[in-house]
Amino acid sequence: MAAAIQPGTDQVWDWLSQVPDPEIPVISLTDLGIIRDVAWADDTLVVTVTPTYSGCPATGIINLDIETALRGHGIDKLRLERQLSPAWTTDWITEGGREKLRAYGISPPIDGTAADGRLAGRIARLAESSNLTIACPRCNSTQTEKLSQFGSTPCKASYRCKDCLEPFDYFKCI
Amino acid sequence: MGAAIEAVDRAAYADWLQRVGDNALILGHRVSEWCGHGPALEEDIALSNVALDLIGQCQLWLGLAAEVEGKGRSADDLAFLRDAGAFRNVLLVERPNGDFAQTLMRQFLFDAFHIELLRALGKSTDLRVAEIAAKAEKEVAYHLERSADLVIRLGDGSAESHARMEKALKSLWAYTGEMFLDDATDQALAEAGIAPLPSSLKSAWDETVTAVLAEATLAHPGQSWQHKGGKQGIHSEHLGFLLAEMQFLQRAYPGASW
Repeated sequence: MAAAIQPGTDQVWDWLSQVPDPEIPVISLTDLGIIRDVAWADDTLVVTVTPTYSGCPATGIINLDIETALRGHGIDKLRLERQLSPAWTTDWITEGGREKLRAYGISPPIDGTAADGRLAGRIARLAESSNLTIACPRCNSTQTEKLSQFGSTPCKASYRCKDCLEPFDYFKCI
Repeated sequence: MGAAIEAVDRAAYADWLQRVGDNALILGHRVSEWCGHGPALEEDIALSNVALDLIGQCQLWLGLAAEVEGKGRSADDLAFLRDAGAFRNVLLVERPNGDFAQTLMRQFLFDAFHIELLRALGKSTDLRVAEIAAKAEKEVAYHLERSADLVIRLGDGSAESHARMEKALKSLWAYTGEMFLDDATDQALAEAGIAPLPSSLKSAWDETVTAVLAEATLAHPGQSWQHKGGKQGIHSEHLGFLLAEMQFLQRAYPGASW
């Protein structure tokens, strides 16, 4: 049998850009920035994926979705590798991904505002409702308040808009 | 891999990894017991998310423990098929949930230690340890912000919430000292540059705890007699009940999977 023609890695990236995130289906796996590498090792395609959160229940589904999509495009020999380092950061969410999140009603992360666990110097402010100004993804008001540090998934926090009164998710910076 | 890491006794190394992994597993399981019982929907969800993070971290630590041990066991085998005496978590994390005050205070006292441990492990000579720690540190930073925030709000809250937080602090305080005790295993790991000596994390923990308790208007308990033994496998009766529930499925139906 003639050897199958290997699709280029650009082609594979393009296919992966059409695989939706299982929990936030408006953005793709490449928008989320969790695909770290695509390469051929002889006749095997190696896709390197980094988890968002250690315990994110979507990780297993994501791997399955990648496998299903690529097999659907005729890739037979496929290996998924997990890469922990450098740890995933919301900085890797693409510009396009951020726009899609906003349109979907999730306020995108504000880069550089990740919790660092260093409480000294701001303990007095800690119990205030929020130390960030998050704009409402629906009406753009900045009069919003944090309801909870954790939202419907580990990667999000719960907020409420004090103007349009709608609750919404904020994609936490990590 | 560095010679220092190779020189560490494999059993001691696997034992130490189980200490780190078991803390995450047992606290994660405890917190998961709140699922569906939280005092408010947002808190219920937050508790479940913290539990998820911890159980995810435990999979990474116990996976590495199993690899270092080299006996063909998996992270799942370690979690579900060991008996209480083989668990290496500190006694603090197996304390029962009690009320929301007790759960939160336990979380805060542990988070303030956990963040210092992970920050130090990020500089481990074993890159496998450093990369798990770097990932977990980002998650635990959010755990600590949330637990400290709520300790302050409830401590400096109503007379009822203040009294409950004070009671929780008093009942848990005697379980905090164990986190900072060094033994021969800790010494060996520290000499190889894999992990910090637990005692070296005490001053940073003290600083965080003192500042948060002051803001929360809770009296610092000060020096007192402390429990120990969890790291060596000597546990309270509470762990047995926890394991009976957590391990039931794999014990009754060996190898069952979703």
